[in-house]
Amino acid sequence: MGRLEIVNLSQSFPRDDGSRLQVLENLNLVVQDKEFVCILGSSGCGKTTLLRLIAGLDTAESGAILLDGEEMKGTNAKVGMVFQEYSLFPWRTVLDNVAFGLEMQGAGREERYRIAEQYLELVGLTQFAKSYPSELSGGMRQRVAVARALALDPVVLLMDEPFGALDAQTRNMLQHELLGIWEKTKKTIVFITHSVDEAVFLADRIIVLTPRPGKVCETISLELPRPRDRTSVEFAKFRRYVLDLINQPESHSSKV
Amino acid sequence: MNIIRDTAHRIREHWLGALALVLALVVWECYASLVVRNSFLLPGPTDVFSAFISLLEKGILLADFEVSLLHFAIGLSGALLIGIPIGIAMGWNSRADQFLNPVIEILRPIPPLAWIPFAIIWFGFTPVSAGFVIFVGAVFPILINTYTGFRGVPRIFVEAGRMLGCTRTRDQIRYIAFPAALPSVVSGIRIATGVGWMCLVAAELFGVSNNGLGKDLWFYYNLHQMDAVVVYMLLLGLIGLAIDMVFRYYIDRHFLKWRTGEVA
Repeated sequence: MGRLEIVNLSQSFPRDDGSRLQVLENLNLVVQDKEFVCILGSSGCGKTTLLRLIAGLDTAESGAILLDGEEMKGTNAKVGMVFQEYSLFPWRTVLDNVAFGLEMQGAGREERYRIAEQYLELVGLTQFAKSYPSELSGGMRQRVAVARALALDPVVLLMDEPFGALDAQTRNMLQHELLGIWEKTKKTIVFITHSVDEAVFLADRIIVLTPRPGKVCETISLELPRPRDRTSVEFAKFRRYVLDLINQPESHSSKV
Repeated sequence: MNIIRDTAHRIREHWLGALALVLALVVWECYASLVVRNSFLLPGPTDVFSAFISLLEKGILLADFEVSLLHFAIGLSGALLIGIPIGIAMGWNSRADQFLNPVIEILRPIPPLAWIPFAIIWFGFTPVSAGFVIFVGAVFPILINTYTGFRGVPRIFVEAGRMLGCTRTRDQIRYIAFPAALPSVVSGIRIATGVGWMCLVAAELFGVSNNGLGKDLWFYYNLHQMDAVVVYMLLLGLIGLAIDMVFRYYIDRHFLKWRTGEVA
């Protein structure tokens, strides 16, 4: 199971003048088991802050995050993360990167390599097992990062603009592959992006956040069959709708 | 085939440098034997070579080499043993940094040779005494570079590690910070070997041993055998170069091969 429940989550950061910058305010959100959710919002709306709180990398000021009804404190092996930046360990080979989490759990050499190889196969990089990250392209590196996060078999996979730094073509390809992986592994995915196109292509549900203080502006369920055609009329309709939401955040949040 | 091609390639690449070496020897020999004509003021390469042969036959050079290496090893291991843990502590923990930094900053500029009196008082005329002077020269580059390396560990590596279950400080240092900082640590050790080696002559000057490259350099100076002095000077230089080569060609390639192809 992987049902995430976020209750009244608030977070603020100290500003130079002594006041506090409210980044998230009483945010409530439920992500169903095996659901693919994209969180969308203009930059600075607290998307990354929210994801870091779910990950357990930071501690919230108030509120709670529950996984299958149990409150989470700190990082948790049931929650995996793919970072926006380049986060692979450059001193480890691709295989040793993927095996890192298993090594931390104390798995033996043979076992962790066997599992790591499975996940490398899942992302299609078996022949690069012995390479170092510096020898891979950006898209390949993010594939390894996905394999590394999945190797611990988490129930929730958090992704923080994982394809943001890639060129459009690679990006489309990786979105496609990610959906394949999601269908095979059936994880709950919380995916952060600022690309409307990406969100409409990937998500079961898009959650649009308002700018500071961040809270849920609107939730859009995308009942479009997959694989989705980026050029179809329905796709364009959803995209236009979400774009409008993002472009007029003030008028919309005042209605709410 | 390959060996022949490699050799040909090497000759093509290095013949200019080799030519310069030969020229330097010729100029040196001509200047010494035709202009200065005093092997006390300037011994020529032939004088030096015959002095080298006679020292080698007496078996002195090997004994000197062994003793110097012992001094150097004592100094460098001490520097590694002290410098790396303190560097790690200061680089990882800002409290430790604030606490230790003033002491380090005051001790660091004191020239290693200024420690010689205390080296003698504390350790007597023993190899440890010479090792201590080398230690003082070598410890700070190692400490500072370890510190800088640990400070510069990208946060994202630590966070990626935490997401993968690397949450204990000990594990974070061992599995993430240390490998990330290793290039900086290694270059610190490399600088330290250079500085330590330079301290060697002075460290052996005050008579801690009957042998040693630095010790015998002074011994032959006192006998006014300047050709032998030049033998020791060249040996010190060549061994220093050899130690540096070990770093450049062995350690960098085997420990840091993941950096090849990285622009940073």
